[in-house]
Amino acid sequence: MSAPLLSVRGLRTVFPTRRGPLAAADGVDFDIAAGEALGVVGESGSGKSVTFLSVLGLIRPPGRVEAGEILFGGRDLRRMPAPELRALRGRMLALAMQDALSALNPSLTIGTQIVETLRAHGIPGDPRAEAVRLLGRVGIPDAARRLGDYPHQFSGGMRQRAMIAISLAARPRLLVADEPTTALDVTIRAQVLYLLDELRVEDGLAVAMITHDLAVVAERCERVMVMYAGQVAETGPTAEVIARPRHPYTRGLMESLPRLDQPDRPLHPIPGQVPDLAAVDAGCRFRNRCALAVAACAAPVPLRDVGAERLSRCIRAEEVS
Amino acid sequence: MSASLADAAPLSPTALALRRFLRNGTALVAAAVVVLAALLAVFAPWIAPQDPTDADLFRRLCAPAWAAADTAAGYWLGCDSLGRDILSRLIHGARVSLSVAAMVVCIAAVIGTLAGLAAGYFGGWVDALISRLVDTLLGFPYLVFAIGLMAMMGPGLHNIVLALVLKEWIFTCRVVRGETLAAREQDYVEAARALGCSPGHIMLREILPNVLSPVLVVATFRMAYVIIMEASLSFLGLGVQPPTPSWGSMVSDGREFLVDAWWVSTLPGLCILALVLSINLASQGLRDAFDPRLHQSS
Repeated sequence: MSAPLLSVRGLRTVFPTRRGPLAAADGVDFDIAAGEALGVVGESGSGKSVTFLSVLGLIRPPGRVEAGEILFGGRDLRRMPAPELRALRGRMLALAMQDALSALNPSLTIGTQIVETLRAHGIPGDPRAEAVRLLGRVGIPDAARRLGDYPHQFSGGMRQRAMIAISLAARPRLLVADEPTTALDVTIRAQVLYLLDELRVEDGLAVAMITHDLAVVAERCERVMVMYAGQVAETGPTAEVIARPRHPYTRGLMESLPRLDQPDRPLHPIPGQVPDLAAVDAGCRFRNRCALAVAACAAPVPLRDVGAERLSRCIRAEEVS
Repeated sequence: MSASLADAAPLSPTALALRRFLRNGTALVAAAVVVLAALLAVFAPWIAPQDPTDADLFRRLCAPAWAAADTAAGYWLGCDSLGRDILSRLIHGARVSLSVAAMVVCIAAVIGTLAGLAAGYFGGWVDALISRLVDTLLGFPYLVFAIGLMAMMGPGLHNIVLALVLKEWIFTCRVVRGETLAAREQDYVEAARALGCSPGHIMLREILPNVLSPVLVVATFRMAYVIIMEASLSFLGLGVQPPTPSWGSMVSDGREFLVDAWWVSTLPGLCILALVLSINLASQGLRDAFDPRLHQSS
């Protein structure tokens, strides 16, 4: 693999709480190459969104990125002056949010919102023509006429696609899609996913797909990163990870999924709850819910190479499956 | 529902609000009265039957046309203590009331909106500074504040506007600050930040359109109050100076003759009442139209 587009090392993002600092992302390492789709899965509160908001520099005070390196195209985004980072956002890194209805400004027409993004980044050419092209690109029929529409006049799927069009207006290199399909029904979900695939193949867009939906990841992303309690539990090629998990949490996620091909298979929910992030120790964070836990799990567990481009944060990775 | 929405011509939220406003009968009549007053004010020199400053002691306190048989012809609403035509003075007085109110409300709305946006969006010390200033100004009784300033600066149209603006902007500011605090947390603001928009762009292009309708409503409500304030200052002799007619000073002029010539004070008082009431009713209609959550009653 050539030098990755985005390379994150030791990212630690902290929010102060009444019970002390809470590290919502704690020592997160990952890479994304140009044209690659990385699936990021994990339950709510596992630090998926916080990790990528940190990358975009969008963590709101009092939360802050405390440590780590965020290399984008070889430059550390954390050391970049704020105006420069702002110019990079949208132009190089873009974010597509889960809820398109609230992510679009209700008082401005879709056209205005695209045109203003183009202007904000000084994209040359006729912004209206470019806006029509973008809307057409994401598959909105009769784009020229729909430019004057307000978000509430669009259907759910169209809003989602319009929002992706806005995110992609300045032709970013990396799109962070934060649960882009959670609010959509399956047919529209397929449309949006196809669109992202197309953009990836044709324009070399890198996509970080944050999702709850393992099926989406299995289908669309060649690599997957499983997060748990603010840490990366496991990464690797999606097919490998799903077939032979190397972390008990991944296995737990797989076993709690219903499967169409084995309708009689009993579901095994993961027992217990996500640990309180303000009160975790240095040991493995999954050990209180883990069937394989041993005394040694209380010691710090690093993310280690378990072969075949796979990393796992489990001392008994080889025994998981 | 969704089909009818898709078929409808594109309507902005503002257009929908205006449509609701036009269905509200009371508000429409009230708005018509305000528009009529505005037209009278604008075209006062052409509409007024007499010269409002033309004094003639032979016409002193002559009664309105319907009240007495031997009154001066052509002076429909009678004359004041200097024999000036009350109707013409009322028409010209509308100019002072409405121009002061319009200027004060517009300037205060602009200042208040910008200050409120800054306070709500930036938070921190900007918010602390602006909010403390607002609280301090809120602590002064309005009339005392205005009288004090007018006493310092001296009477005159420009000074009334200045004195009232200095207090009036805080009402818009408070509303806009609150709305901005709410809007700032919306996903579309986050999305704009993620797209690399500057704070100025986010405040003026993303948030402002969403806080504009409460500004409009507050401005119209405050307009009625400003008219009363201007009338009060003129009544106290701190407003526009004679011979320029103003409703407040006309009420004041007539109060010595209230028993013999009730019309001198009463007619300008009724004008103030009618205008303020109409503005209030119209702005209530606007509020209902712009805030459909409160509109459930009809």
